[in-house]
Amino acid sequence: MSVHLPVLQVIFPLIAAPLCLLVRNPFANWLLATLVSWLTFAIAVLLLLQVLDAGVITYALGNWVAPWGIEYVVDELNAFILVIVSGIGAVVMPYAMRSVSGELPDRQISLFYTMFLLCLSGLLGITITGDAFNVFVFLEISSLSSYALISLGRHRKALHASYQYLITGTIGATFFLIGVGLLYMMTGTLNMKDLASLLKPLSDSRIVLAAFGFIVVGMGLKLAVFPLHLWLPNAYAYAPSVVSVFLAGTATKVSLYVVLRFIFTVFGFEFSFIGQPLGLALLILAISGIITCSLVAIFQIDVKRLLAWSSVAQIGYMLLGLSFATVIGVQASLLHIFNHAIMKTGLFLAMGCVFLRIGSCRLEDLSGIGRQMPWTMAGFTICGLSLIGVPTTAGFVSKWYLVLSAFEKGWWPVALLIVLTSLLAVIYIWKVVEVAWFHEPSDAVKAVSEAPFLMLVPLWIVVGANIWFGFETSGSVDVAAAAAKALVGTVR
Amino acid sequence: MWDLFLSHYNYWIVIFLMMIGFYIVMSRHNLVKKLIGLNIFQTSVFLFYISVGKVSDGTAPIITQDISRYSNPLPHVLILTAIVVGVATTSLGLALVVRLKEAYGTIEEDEINDMDAAD
Repeated sequence: MSVHLPVLQVIFPLIAAPLCLLVRNPFANWLLATLVSWLTFAIAVLLLLQVLDAGVITYALGNWVAPWGIEYVVDELNAFILVIVSGIGAVVMPYAMRSVSGELPDRQISLFYTMFLLCLSGLLGITITGDAFNVFVFLEISSLSSYALISLGRHRKALHASYQYLITGTIGATFFLIGVGLLYMMTGTLNMKDLASLLKPLSDSRIVLAAFGFIVVGMGLKLAVFPLHLWLPNAYAYAPSVVSVFLAGTATKVSLYVVLRFIFTVFGFEFSFIGQPLGLALLILAISGIITCSLVAIFQIDVKRLLAWSSVAQIGYMLLGLSFATVIGVQASLLHIFNHAIMKTGLFLAMGCVFLRIGSCRLEDLSGIGRQMPWTMAGFTICGLSLIGVPTTAGFVSKWYLVLSAFEKGWWPVALLIVLTSLLAVIYIWKVVEVAWFHEPSDAVKAVSEAPFLMLVPLWIVVGANIWFGFETSGSVDVAAAAAKALVGTVR
Repeated sequence: MWDLFLSHYNYWIVIFLMMIGFYIVMSRHNLVKKLIGLNIFQTSVFLFYISVGKVSDGTAPIITQDISRYSNPLPHVLILTAIVVGVATTSLGLALVVRLKEAYGTIEEDEINDMDAAD
């Protein structure tokens, strides 16, 4: 049984998705989806423990041996990402029952769970596979289901956001496909390990360079790297709350994983960072993204949109760590993937609770909501502090490592910038906190009560994680360090 | 010069189609036309894979006695998957356009943007 864990990770949600469509009962669907999401989380944790214990796991799908068959490879890096993605799925599912029934008409609820499970299995598949074309297939499974999920939003802008995401996402995925095609043309293989060894002597080839460009730009579109981020704010702002929570925590992280996998494992450190000025390009994009998007976030009047813009800015921090191309830089980047996943999930979970009660996330409608929904808004505030990077929260740990890695490079202006841009986060989080806690409640707000218990529990689990990983850093830091060493250390 | 052009004619077709498709996606405001452009763009990539898999003088990869050169079937199989993905994307995109038309009363993106800004 344990031999088959890598494939079960993807198969469970993939099979549960059509089952949801057959059993069109909201409660049964919810139960199935919750069980499956917990199961995948358990499998991901088992895989991580196995990898930390015994090293890389490979699994030949259908017993066809690589490089001819599709191979699943689990190492420290993707085991870590698998835990993040499935963990967020597992936390979001219990929350989904009340939130979904509050926001969607009954006939769409089964469809929602079907799409959600497809999206989950797509994201897990991208992460676990060791085959370049397989990445494309899973990428499209997760993307198509997320377009449908976003279009379920109540406002008509959700449709437009979903359409824009569809166009951008498809261009991104097709770019990726071109890149993989060029690599196949040069090497005749699609297996990542095989590609890596065959590409070594080809580092001067223009075609390989073109493939590199297509793959990085294509995934950059899915990852919402500034300035390719324009689809993201609307998609997150108008999607149903549960969808915003899930996508904000997982989708861009998985795309970043693909970028990491390709530039370090497939193309290799020397090709990406010494042959090409990738580090400098990422550094410039990261810094301009952090500054611009944090400033835009400050002027938003809808809290979900504000959080979405802040997500684009936070992607900048992840790229910043990567652009240093050092072990500690990549470690900081991976830590920020993890920490950003838990803090942004917490913030969006809190906004989902608010949206369920007052039907809006506009700043002006939130005045005094903290007095009516103290648990929700306290959770929001703590996750907000984590986003800013206040000591004793998870966000501090990754910012700390980012600053350390900037100093290791001797780039003190970058370190200063990390601290200064954190102050911009103070401004936009404070805007929400001020309105929610210090303004007089309006009549509409006075009528509402605290969010249902089933929604508060997931929120506070995430809030707890934000504090836990602020103190007990050894777990996340060690895994990120092992993954970063495996990526950067061995190729050097 | 002409030899280079003619011997690589498949790449020229691919690049030509790719740029047409990409240009339509970027320049048109009509949502259906954008999807058409997207389709042309994707199709060019399908052609790219298929033409790359062709081995000159190679035949269909069915094992018989007196033939020893076969075309590479793998890119063709990959593209079958990608075509299915393309069909799914197009149908989802068209379904969204229908819903957009119901919600906004238009399929011109600039008009939709105006209405979004007024909200």
